[in-house]
Amino acid sequence: MHCHLVVNVALVVVCRKWTSCRNKCDSQRGICQGNKDNCFSFIGTMVKYFACAGLLKSPWDQVCAAFWQRYPNPYSNHVLTEDIIFREVTPGNCLISRRLLTKTNRAPRWMEKYLPVTMARHAYIIEDSIVDPQTRNMTTLTWNISHARLMSVEERCEYCINPDNASWTEIKREAWISSNLYGLSRAVQEFGLARFKTSVTKTMKGFEYVLAKMQGEAPLRTLTEQATDRARETALAAKEKAKDLASQAKKKQQFV
Amino acid sequence: MNSVGEGCTDLKREYDQCFNRWFAEKFLKGDRSGDPCTEMFKKYQHCVQKAIKEKDIPIDGVEFMGPNKDKPGG
Repeated sequence: MHCHLVVNVALVVVCRKWTSCRNKCDSQRGICQGNKDNCFSFIGTMVKYFACAGLLKSPWDQVCAAFWQRYPNPYSNHVLTEDIIFREVTPGNCLISRRLLTKTNRAPRWMEKYLPVTMARHAYIIEDSIVDPQTRNMTTLTWNISHARLMSVEERCEYCINPDNASWTEIKREAWISSNLYGLSRAVQEFGLARFKTSVTKTMKGFEYVLAKMQGEAPLRTLTEQATDRARETALAAKEKAKDLASQAKKKQQFV
Repeated sequence: MNSVGEGCTDLKREYDQCFNRWFAEKFLKGDRSGDPCTEMFKKYQHCVQKAIKEKDIPIDGVEFMGPNKDKPGG
């Protein structure tokens, strides 16, 4: 099968000097908002920018191996399918891959009335990645190829060895959220950012779960645990629904 | 995890298993003795690329590490 990919990557990707998210964010023009968990977002008119540093208390090698095995996990019920659609080892010995994901596509009710009734209930996501075992760096870029005019979320993650503890892995996460929905782009961006933050939490929990499983800490899940996970998912869904309703009410005040 | 092509899931699982082993035991350790999963990957790709065409998933021409050009902070 012919592949139409244009491969254009630097063979050696080194963790850029990025001492903290704060520096990164401060270089933006505009207002920089910080909050207690070391995450920053940039409020722009065209695009929302988000940066956050994360930590996984597992070695880089294991985190990379877990990256390919992280679906399914109890926090990934919204991921329906997962495929590798391109993969190659470059002459410089980097592994480059493209993964195609299908995710459920739940829009809040206030947004739904602006969407075509026929709009698909799922979204396609592309996730490109470069693993460089020489420099111990993994970089991923993830973005939606469905409904991109409505809302586009691009996420870039760098996985490096933690400079303070070599058996831990640091994740530098950046995201750009934009919308071309006339008159509503700001509201959609805000919704996108809120949902993105929820999904980051889920991603990290999923990662931790898969890592623990790989290290033999959670070899078999009991029925009780599975029931707890299901309950947690239901609670999460209910919480999101409540948030949607709250934001629906808020937007009505804002726009009507 | 299921493949987007309903009929490709078994091929995908077989390949994933081979890849995960190669990735952890050879690739990350700098062993360049060759990829034992190539044949499985070809079979899996034949199946999944067909499914992508049938479902009209718009992946053609999307540049590798593509859309993140000229973004603030990038």
